[in-house]
Amino acid sequence: MTNDPNFSGPTTEQLVFDATESQRRRKRTRIQKVGDHLKREWQLYALLLPTIIWLMVFLYKPMYGLQIAFKDYSVFRGIAGSPWVGLEHFHTLFENDQFLRALRNTIIMSAYGLLFGFPVPILLALMFNEVLNQTFKKSAQTIVYLPHFISSVIIAGIVMTAFSPSAGIVNTIIGWFGIEPIYFLTKPEWFRPIFIGTGIWQEAGFQSIVYLAAIAGVSPTLYESAVVDGASRWQMMWKITVPSILPTIIIMLIIRIGNILEISFEMIILLYQPATYETADVVNTFIYRQGLQGGQYDFAAAAGLFNAVVAFILVMTANTISKRYSRTSLW
Amino acid sequence: MANMNLYSRGDKLFVIVNMVLITLFAISTLYPFIYITSLSLSSGFEARAGNIVLTPIDFTIEAYKRVLIEPQFWTSYKNTFIYTIGGTLMSLAFIIPGAYALSRPQLFGRRFWNLVVAFTMWFNAGLIPFFLNMRDLGLLDSYFGIIIGFAVNGFNIILLRNFFEGIPQSFEEAARMDGANEFQVLWKVYMPLSKPAIATVSLFCIVSRWNGFFWAMVLLQDEDKIPLQVYLRHVITELTDDESFGAELINAPYSVETVSAAIIVCSIIPILLIYPFLQKYFSKGILLGGVKE
Repeated sequence: MTNDPNFSGPTTEQLVFDATESQRRRKRTRIQKVGDHLKREWQLYALLLPTIIWLMVFLYKPMYGLQIAFKDYSVFRGIAGSPWVGLEHFHTLFENDQFLRALRNTIIMSAYGLLFGFPVPILLALMFNEVLNQTFKKSAQTIVYLPHFISSVIIAGIVMTAFSPSAGIVNTIIGWFGIEPIYFLTKPEWFRPIFIGTGIWQEAGFQSIVYLAAIAGVSPTLYESAVVDGASRWQMMWKITVPSILPTIIIMLIIRIGNILEISFEMIILLYQPATYETADVVNTFIYRQGLQGGQYDFAAAAGLFNAVVAFILVMTANTISKRYSRTSLW
Repeated sequence: MANMNLYSRGDKLFVIVNMVLITLFAISTLYPFIYITSLSLSSGFEARAGNIVLTPIDFTIEAYKRVLIEPQFWTSYKNTFIYTIGGTLMSLAFIIPGAYALSRPQLFGRRFWNLVVAFTMWFNAGLIPFFLNMRDLGLLDSYFGIIIGFAVNGFNIILLRNFFEGIPQSFEEAARMDGANEFQVLWKVYMPLSKPAIATVSLFCIVSRWNGFFWAMVLLQDEDKIPLQVYLRHVITELTDDESFGAELINAPYSVETVSAAIIVCSIIPILLIYPFLQKYFSKGILLGGVKE
């Protein structure tokens, strides 16, 4: 330390005092700082507050209400007052054939939707990109984007009318080939093709926008040098455009897989009926029937919690993978 | 793009086949709408017999007359306007200030608040707790419940926040020099500069309000309050089994099919009217929202 004999260092007490004092001072200045900050920027928090309160009241408070999945919920006792039953609802759930069927149907329908629906917007975008006549391109796009903006009630209404056994156009057309009318919407084997086909018809055009944006980002010099090399348009499409938008395709695929439990159940509620539950009933329609129509809130909330947790894990995994992928990929 | 003079015969064939395929896809997109319109303008007899394929047969507007004399049709049409206009204004009143605050670098705990918003996009409590919460708040069967209960949406906030973040700080400096506070900066600098983004968010709200069905069906029992989509659903699914309507049909120039088709056409028309705006702003919107979370 020091060799000075006269040196008298601070006592331990002094040191402790200094330390706590400086801590206190630091704390005080921090509080002061926060105070100053709030005084200066309170308007910012005033602007943010309504949104935060709304989120708390309408989205976070129901998360607190999710505890009824572990309770014997009664309307009179309320959420907090109902007795706990542990995992009872989950045991019932996994012994419930209807729930297991709904879970299976959700995954099957999502998987088919992915298999048949995923390539269509990509092909559409590639095709739009090859159109030289801008007026033709614009008008075609205007048409194929339209169904995206039409409500599911209207779409379902059109489907029900078109597939009606007596008056529907589909039965009229198959009648030309001598086929007897089929009551499509009561046939379990027809539900999935109709549902998935409707989904593609409604959304494929609009989904192509993402890929068109990716194509717009491809450097024109690639095409120019390919033209010099005598490449045909077909070759350029497969050798330049497709590889260039591959990262977007892969990210969209990962996101779609992550959302496999998210199925547009509104459309299913509109189209299904007891005769087609076998193939049509999904987790959310099951929850709707058991909970909102049947009043078994706690049991249905357990099904919902299971669904939400699995969906959350899938989505977060997909996000992480796609982020990592997009960082290493070229764009 | 590529040089247009260098096309080989193969390229020409490719371009033609491509245009044919796109035309086919466009026709198959459009056809159901044409079919429904023709159905709504045909006589009940021809419609019941399944004779309508492309154009109306026995042209008549009786089905529309039948739809338009129904008081419930007008009630629910009016309600849809209330929910759409009220809901969209309510959404903007929350989303614009919220997104602005979240875009400011000096906001304390900014990352945390952003996470509070983003988390609601990944995880939600589900149908039952949301419904019970609305019930406990006394918002069943109420105009206000529908308008406030769906006002905020994480995606819209993040979309607008991203847009605000992209506006260079230099734009607000002059206003700051004049002593403008946050409210004034938002109102006089950011909002005028963000018209396209605000238009996009408004259109997102308008479409989802206009088309909203499930929660309106669940939360509203009172027929005086139901929107068009719920009424439409009643008509389409229940008209067939409705005995009084069945009796009425015996000598009527319309049928269940033509009346359903007419009401479908009536509810598509407003969307078609704003479709030019929708097309212009929506594609920008979905790309803007995807930039970052």
